[in-house]
Amino acid sequence: MSAISPMPNTTATTTVSTAGQPSRRNTELLLLAFAVILPCFAYANVGLALDGEMPSGMLGYGMGLGLLAGVGHLVMRKFAKYADPLLLPLATVLNGLGLVIIWRLDQSKRLQASKAFAPAATNQLLFSALGIALFVAVLIFLKDHRILQRYTYISMAVALVLLISPMFFPSVYGARIWIKIPGLGTIQPGEFAKIVLAVFFAGYLMVKRDALALASRRFMGMYLPRGRDLGPILAVWAFSILILVFETDLGTSLLFFGMFVVMLYVATERTSWIVFGLLMSAAGAVGVASFEHHVQARVDAWLDPFAGWGKSQASEQIAKALMTFGSGGVAGTGWGQGNSDLIGFAANSDFILATVGEELGLAGVMAILLIYGLIVERGVRTALAARDPFGKLLAIGLSGAFAIQVFVVAGGVMGLIPLTGMTMPFIAQGGSSVIANWALVAILLKISDAARRPAPAPVTNPDAEMTQVVRP
Amino acid sequence: MNKPVRRIAIFCGILILALMARDNWLQFVRADELKNNKHNMRVQIARYSQPRGNIIVDGKAVTDSKEVNGINYKYKRTYTNGPMWAPVTGLSSQVYSPTMLEGVEDKILTGDDDRLFFNRTIDMITGKGKKGGDVITTLNAKAQEAAFKGLGDKKGAVAALDPRTGKILALASTPSYDPSTIAGANDGDAWKKLNDDKNKPMLNRALRETYPPGSTFKVVTAAAAMEHGLYGNVDEKTNSPKKWTLPDTQGVPLPNETPMPCDNVSMRAALQWSCNSVFGKISADLGNQKMIETANKFGFNSDDLTVPVGVTKSVYPKDNRPQNAMAGIGQASNRATPLQMAMVAAAVANNGKLMEPYMVDKLRAPNLNVIETHQPKEMSRPLTPEHAQSLQSAMETVVEEGTGTAAKISGVKVGGKTGTAQHGVDNSGNPYAWFISYAKSGDGSPVAVAVVIEGSDTMRDDIAGGKLAAPIAKNVMEAVLKTQK
Repeated sequence: MSAISPMPNTTATTTVSTAGQPSRRNTELLLLAFAVILPCFAYANVGLALDGEMPSGMLGYGMGLGLLAGVGHLVMRKFAKYADPLLLPLATVLNGLGLVIIWRLDQSKRLQASKAFAPAATNQLLFSALGIALFVAVLIFLKDHRILQRYTYISMAVALVLLISPMFFPSVYGARIWIKIPGLGTIQPGEFAKIVLAVFFAGYLMVKRDALALASRRFMGMYLPRGRDLGPILAVWAFSILILVFETDLGTSLLFFGMFVVMLYVATERTSWIVFGLLMSAAGAVGVASFEHHVQARVDAWLDPFAGWGKSQASEQIAKALMTFGSGGVAGTGWGQGNSDLIGFAANSDFILATVGEELGLAGVMAILLIYGLIVERGVRTALAARDPFGKLLAIGLSGAFAIQVFVVAGGVMGLIPLTGMTMPFIAQGGSSVIANWALVAILLKISDAARRPAPAPVTNPDAEMTQVVRP
Repeated sequence: MNKPVRRIAIFCGILILALMARDNWLQFVRADELKNNKHNMRVQIARYSQPRGNIIVDGKAVTDSKEVNGINYKYKRTYTNGPMWAPVTGLSSQVYSPTMLEGVEDKILTGDDDRLFFNRTIDMITGKGKKGGDVITTLNAKAQEAAFKGLGDKKGAVAALDPRTGKILALASTPSYDPSTIAGANDGDAWKKLNDDKNKPMLNRALRETYPPGSTFKVVTAAAAMEHGLYGNVDEKTNSPKKWTLPDTQGVPLPNETPMPCDNVSMRAALQWSCNSVFGKISADLGNQKMIETANKFGFNSDDLTVPVGVTKSVYPKDNRPQNAMAGIGQASNRATPLQMAMVAAAVANNGKLMEPYMVDKLRAPNLNVIETHQPKEMSRPLTPEHAQSLQSAMETVVEEGTGTAAKISGVKVGGKTGTAQHGVDNSGNPYAWFISYAKSGDGSPVAVAVVIEGSDTMRDDIAGGKLAAPIAKNVMEAVLKTQK
């Protein structure tokens, strides 16, 4: 940098000023009002399109969403005063729209006719409330995100248990990613494992990053890690492959490995890790795809969705999703007027983005993707602003994982990459997903609160007076 | 640690951008293709979300839409007198592609046609649903009934035209099917049964099946003889020997099936008794090229004849001399649809001017505004008026005192020609009985008709056409004459 150039303006967000940042809680409140009103309009719209009248649950729904958002906001005012003002409204609008879409699909005669049908909107509202409850709990009880650092190895153990447990439960629709608790329902532990693993990686890498970064040999312009330092990445890689093979879950395995590589790169600042990561995930994916039938079918379906029409369930699903997107065109059919329920199975979970595509069109999907992009961007900002390496790593890990998850699901549904069974954060039907993602946002907010909080005023040093230059 | 964080931010941005680019690709670039994909059920759902427009004959709709309120489809197509009208209406099914008029005029019937854009916009603004327009046909219900009843349980087809305009008046095909039975979403079994039926009930024989035209083709040959100057009129002696042998063969004879004398007779007499030798010789004398030329003028070999339903091509191909001679009596590689043979009769009846056949008179918007009226168009002039009138008098002789007496209508001039076409290996198949004719009233000829009956086991000689097909033609012509009075 030349001497005359001014300081890059990004420093404003990264360096800590003792004056602190404005709390921006009022901005948040205003945005939150929009985030509640928007889904309410959507809800009314669906009712008008389907039955020609305002839906009867309108008031309850609006008040419910408003109440949840309001509680979240009030707790933020008290316990995370300086946290990012965008994250809560963004998550609220996604959650609210998701509820509307799920309710809209509940009204579908076509889905109601199928044997597996059960209305999901009420449950999803309940799960959202649980999600907000966990969100509030994290804000209140997690005084400082650095406390999590103490639980590095416990986190590892918990993550292992969460990831391994579904192997002992029967496979559902070709993937073992659920654990079933009789009487309570099913849990998708992978969603929670995402957060716990991020904590473990952040704690672990913070300690080991110097060793990983510095003790390396240079080879062809790249720093090659020492053999013994390769251990952890190999272990995570092997673990991801195991998940892929035993749980036949390409998405989760890709997500965890991706998150680890991202965090490793940020911790060590060594590009070589990225190269290694890409090579290893490519090798793993190709290797497994070549003998795992379930994964193979998904890849075939991705390569030519219409070729397998009438022959392969996987192909037909993708083809139906693509036609759903195409039928929406630029402006969409309007709420409640599409036929995205033709997708049938998983229309309100894995394939929920297709409903957005058909009913809200290209414009709607772009808006939703932008909101996801903004959430990731706020997360990355938080990582930049965080004052401690653990917070930085945790924030970038969580936002990176969030971005990868959105990419893997949306890309799968839109036929950009092979489909994997994962849920669209906040929108898709599924309790584990919405609860875990609210917790994820809460942790990000907590880190951001710590980063934007004004530094405590320097303690006046009683000795300061005494060390004056004594003139001879 | 901020530098890698920024890079990760860029990476995340690329992921989101990739999704956005993909979405634009799907919902903008490929939207239409995906929207109209053959597997996309939405096309069918939209088609049956409102009552479909109707196909109208003589002011009455022969189609209707029934509200069924199924999970996927709100309406279902129904047909009045389905089997009789099936060759005209075709089928509009919730599962299978539409056919015939239902297929060709689909956009009008669904209301998607661009010409209905204004109506659609108004309906959208006023909150009414999209409505389909109507297709008003040229068909004559009485003539169609006469044709369909006349065919009865025989296998065959009838096509009738108004020679003056080209309007199709009757279009019957048997055995037929009732499109109502396969219009629904769960009619797969009925569909399969119809498709597996070896009698092919879903085949529109009047437009989509070609047959060897047999002796009815002699009318074309006679026209070619006059047009190419071989004979000036039908009464000139033809100089044909008693036993004529096919050219380029070791004396293979072309026998006559009639006991009447065929040596050196006029074309009138040759038509009257359907002399093979005379017309075989004419075709041979003219040569393949000239025969093709005249046949083409009558509509043979035209690839894209639509009425507006596509019509299978009738052919008079290039061939060697003996085959060409045989083609002159309609017994070689030339094949014709019943509609084509009706066009031959119509061209002669209309004093040599062939009008383009059509069966959609008007397209009507839901608000009853006519958005298109078909204007009759001349297709070609296969004969000069003099030659046509000469040929008419010969065809009238056929009906007055020849093989076609069964088509006589008292008080009306009727001209016709019988035919019995052999087919199968060594002519083992039951022959096709043909009859083409026209009737004349005060102002030209209001009707020309072609009838073909497959597999008349009882009669194998040339009289079959006169016995089996002529009475049907007579009934159709009578029906038209009655309704036009």
